[in-house]
Parts: sequence; C-alpha cells; structure tokens
Amino acid sequence: MPDRPVVFRGGGFAPRDRARAAAATLIGIVLLWQAGASAGLIPTMFLPAPVSIVRALWALTVSGELWANLSVSLIRLAVGWIVGTVFGIGMGLAVGLWSALRSPGMAIVSALFPIPKIALVPLFIVWFGIGEGSKLATLAFGVFFPTVIATAGAVDNVPRGLIRMGQSFGLSHAAIVRKIVLPAALPAILSGFRVTSSIAIVLLVAAEMIGAEKGIGAFVLSAGNLYDTDNLLAGIVVLSVLGLIVSWAIGRLERVFLRWR
Amino acid sequence: MTRDTSSGPRLTVTGVSHRYGGMQALRDISLTAEPGEVMVLVGPSGCGKSTLLGIMGGMLAPSEGAVTCVGGVPPDCLNALTYVFQDFSLLPWRTVAGNVALVLEDRLPKLDCAARVAQVLALTGLTEFAAAWPRQLSGGMKQRVGIARALAVRPACLLLDEPLSALDAQTRDLLLDEFSALIAAAGITTVYVTHNLAEAVRLGHQIVVLSRRPGRVRDILRVDRPLAGRDLADPELIALEQRLWRMIRDDAAEAERETVHA
Repeated sequence: MPDRPVVFRGGGFAPRDRARAAAATLIGIVLLWQAGASAGLIPTMFLPAPVSIVRALWALTVSGELWANLSVSLIRLAVGWIVGTVFGIGMGLAVGLWSALRSPGMAIVSALFPIPKIALVPLFIVWFGIGEGSKLATLAFGVFFPTVIATAGAVDNVPRGLIRMGQSFGLSHAAIVRKIVLPAALPAILSGFRVTSSIAIVLLVAAEMIGAEKGIGAFVLSAGNLYDTDNLLAGIVVLSVLGLIVSWAIGRLERVFLRWR
Repeated sequence: MTRDTSSGPRLTVTGVSHRYGGMQALRDISLTAEPGEVMVLVGPSGCGKSTLLGIMGGMLAPSEGAVTCVGGVPPDCLNALTYVFQDFSLLPWRTVAGNVALVLEDRLPKLDCAARVAQVLALTGLTEFAAAWPRQLSGGMKQRVGIARALAVRPACLLLDEPLSALDAQTRDLLLDEFSALIAAAGITTVYVTHNLAEAVRLGHQIVVLSRRPGRVRDILRVDRPLAGRDLADPELIALEQRLWRMIRDDAAEAERETVHA
C-alpha cells in the first residue's frame, strides 16, 4: 500500500459570529434598495426609497409627531410588559415550587395560552374601555403566559443537587428560593424575555391598530389609509429600531447578570 | 481549629432498611460513628453507601430504623451534620468566597461571616482564589471549596460522599493528604463514603464493609493508628487494603454485572 497523507476531516460545524458581516449585510441591502429605486427599477409608489423614508422620519422628528406617538407606545409597552412579566414570574415560580399550585396553574396556562391574544382585544375593550386599559391588558396578558412557561421550565431545570446542598446546610426555604432557585433559573427567564418582548411589540401594534388615536400602530395604520407609504415605512423602521434596542438591552442585562458564565 | 477529639457527637444507626419502590437498597444496618473518629463506608457500586450516608444526615427518610446523634455539638456550630459532595455542588454564580459565605449569611453578623470565610479559605489554601468563579477552578480546587464550605459551619459531624471520585488520580492523592490533615486537626466525627480502598485505609478508624445490594454490614475493621502517621506505602496498610479487596472482590464483580442488567 502506498504512503498516503492523513487527510484532515474535522473541519466545519463551528460557525463564528462576525459583527462586520452583520452590519455590512444590512447596509448592503439598503444601498441596493436605494440604487434600485434611483434607477427606477422599484416603483416608489409602493416601496419608497430609503432616502424618502429617512426624509419622512426627519420631518416627523422635527414636527414632534414621531415622539408624540412613540412616547405613548413606549409607556404602553413598558407598563404592559412589566405587569405581565412580574405576574408571570410569580406564577411560574409558584407552579415550579409547589405541588398544590402546579397542576391547577398549568391547567389554566395550557387552556389560555393558545388563544391568540388579539382575538381578546374586543373583549378587553368591553371590560376595560377603549382607553389605555384594554391595550395594557392585551400586552400584559400576552406576556404573562410565555413568562409563566419559561419560568416554570427554568425552575424545573434547577439542578436538584444544588437545592439538596442548600437543604443539607440548613438554609431556609426562602433562602433556597432566593439564593439558589432564582439565580439558577435566571438564564432561562432572561431568554424568555427575548420572546416576550417581541410578543409585546406585536401586540402593542395590533392593539393600537384596533382602537387608538396615538401610538406607532395607530400612526402606521392611518398612514396606510392615506396611501402615505413614506410615513408608513418610517413607522415600520421605528418599530424595527425599537425591536433592536430592546434586544440589545436584554443582551446587556444578560451580560450583567450572567457574567459568571 | 483543634478540638478535643472526644468532644464530637456519636452518630448511631439502628436497624436501618431502605427501599426504593420495590428495590431493597439497605437491609437492617446498625452502626456507630464514634466521637472524633472517621468511619469509612466501602462496598461495591450500588450497595447503598450513598443512600446510607443520606439517611445518616437526614437527607433521606429510611423505610425502617432510625439515626440518632448524641451529645457534643460545639457551641459555634451552625449545621451539625454537614456534607461534602462528590459533584462539589458549588453555585456557579457565586465566587469561591461567596460559595462559602452562602452557608453563613443571615446567621452570622457580616464581619464575623467575612472573618470566618477568610479563615477557612486560608485553612484550605484558597485565599488567593477568593474572587475566582467556580468555572475557573480545577476539580481539586472546587473540592477544596467544598471542604472549606463544610468547615465554615463548624460541623459536629462531617459526611463525605465520595469526595474524591470526580478527580484525577494525582489530584486525589494530593487532596487525600490534605483531607487527612484537616480531619485529624478538626477532630470531627466523620463518615466517609468511598469505593477506593486506599482512601479507606488511609482515613478510617473504622472501616465498614457493605455487601452488594441489598446492602448489609459484612464486616467492620478497626485501624487504631492516628491519621497523621499513616502512609499509603505502609506495608501494614497495603495488607489491610488487600484484605478489604479480597472481601469485596466477588461482590464487586457480581454488582457490576447486576448494574449492567438493570
């Protein structure tokens, strides 16, 4: 048998993050889009050029109209998400820690989680009025269930050995929950935040489209009704940026809280 | 840290049997861990050594029988029956010092807590690692943290569940010497579970040999030599180790097949 070199066959399956490639992709798409629009290949009636969107955004910023809508949306988002998250974590912990609450809690969650929350907006309008109440309820409700599921799953996955260690050192039940269960569940709860924050943005816009005077959702809807595609897309760009900022903020939170990893 | 060796409590196991579902793990075990002495539990895998240790420390309720702990709990003791775990059981989100502080917080004033953490870290040679995260430590260092945490509560009884099994052979020998010195100095009533017979003869005053499942006491050997003078190269200890091995060899072979079939 002739000598043969051993061929390397262990490559691949190790994708790496490249921040520059991420930025270049987005910039590249926008440039192509602009070039297409300038060359007349893209009908700007239906898809305005990036430059027009930027101009519209600038005009909205200067006139204060953007902030007037955005501030209302941000408050709804923050309040609705926080209420849903606080109750969701509470319920998730209860379900994860106590047998008495586990089956009843999960029964409720399983029955209500699959309902598309947007279908409940009319009901919430009946219950809480056309004002802020119905919007906040939609958001909080939509955030609550995934948070319960993420938290309960996280608590279930806390290593039993760590809990037994706490018990063997005579730590109180409360101390075990606070110092062992919660920190161990935190990574999964934080990744739940990524899911619930995007759900919250979806529900925010939907609720604002059903009955609101102010807010990014209402703004986008009215721009659409007027065939004002520049402003329509300006609103959508704002939503995209909002999503990016929220996801970045969660990334920062993870870095602060999970620096031990 | 040095205490009168006769001051520890006596831990007595009477008529303990344990079943997991239909499987009998332990049958009618009666033992006494003498004050200030080390009792080593050896036996083939699956013989219920760790179950017995769990029962002795109140982490498992036996199906039958009882464990009593009589006398001699030091006044500064925060947790009479204290474990050291095979998998270390460190909280990954706490530093070395934080892991030790975990078992002292809310029980000692802040300053005393810090002082005690510093003291046990110094005792186990961890002072310069106080701010390190567990993931940065080798297995041996992690188990040193486990020992430091256990000593921090000034235990009356130390229950070690195969503390060296997760470590490589060289680290195991190094830690064995350290453990031996720490245990001898502390004079705490100690129960040490292992499947390693060299560890057994190095540390045990009393070596309890358990039979394979269902675990029963097969024999109890005494080694009346101070821990400090023991050396693994000592022919007498080697002879004892071989005697132990002959005793459990057949059981170990049987137990291994049993586990495969289970």
